[in-house]
Amino acid sequence: MVYLTRKVEFSASHLYHNPALSAEENRRVFGKCNNPHGHGHNYTLEVTIAGEPDPVTGMVLDLKDLKEILEREIMQRMDHRFLNYEVAELKGQIPTCENVARVIWNLLEPEIPQGRLHRVRLYESADLFADCYRNGAKGAEG
Amino acid sequence: MSDPLHVELGRRYRFAASHRLHSAQLSEMENARIYGKCNNPYGHGHNYTVEVRFSGAIDPDTGMITSLADLDSFVNERVIEAFDHRSLQDEVPAFREAVPTTENLCIEIFQRLKSFPKATLEAVRLEETSNNSFEYAGNHEGMLP
Repeated sequence: MVYLTRKVEFSASHLYHNPALSAEENRRVFGKCNNPHGHGHNYTLEVTIAGEPDPVTGMVLDLKDLKEILEREIMQRMDHRFLNYEVAELKGQIPTCENVARVIWNLLEPEIPQGRLHRVRLYESADLFADCYRNGAKGAEG
Repeated sequence: MSDPLHVELGRRYRFAASHRLHSAQLSEMENARIYGKCNNPYGHGHNYTVEVRFSGAIDPDTGMITSLADLDSFVNERVIEAFDHRSLQDEVPAFREAVPTTENLCIEIFQRLKSFPKATLEAVRLEETSNNSFEYAGNHEGMLP
């Protein structure tokens, strides 16, 4: 098995607020992230595809195709957007790194040949990231 | 229904510490040959970066696997305060016997963090310098040698 990873970067704003909690609880749970005007990050997304190289092309997946999928599904949806208000898939969810990574997984999985999407890693900053795998498919490569 | 996706939260922390690689089971000459500059009797130091990954269910109220404040305070107390600006072999009990290589340090950090109550520790990855890194996922029987 060979693992191929493509990286893209996007910038977006968000805020954390749970309408089921009081204003005071929201501030306590989410701290600065609860600022009602939002704040932003430079996100780095790493998408890993697993597979055997095609015997003719030598490729696990054509990077050109992956680049187009990432541009269409992720960049156009999220880059320079306010995640809470402009990304329909995040409606009703708190746009934490974990939840955004899951949404990205669910957007990419149908676009990529069956079973080949291995990992989505989303960095919100250099020191905070979330990894998403299909349950049970996380290999030794981690 | 169980979640079809497995999600992990990764967080990076930094500390600076000194160490000396020296095994009591080896002669002076063997220590010098095996560890080279790292056997300098006065020790030397590194800026370490420790990356931890935890898994768990995402709490629907917060959207998080764990509160970052809880995680940060746990890691700070168990690892950063214990190691930062310290001499590993002189000040960390595990390294009175074991050689404080970054392999062993990675295992020691895993042992210190695996009891985090809010999420499951998946792995510790430790960068000794930007060129050397070590990862441990708890698949090693027993404690430090």
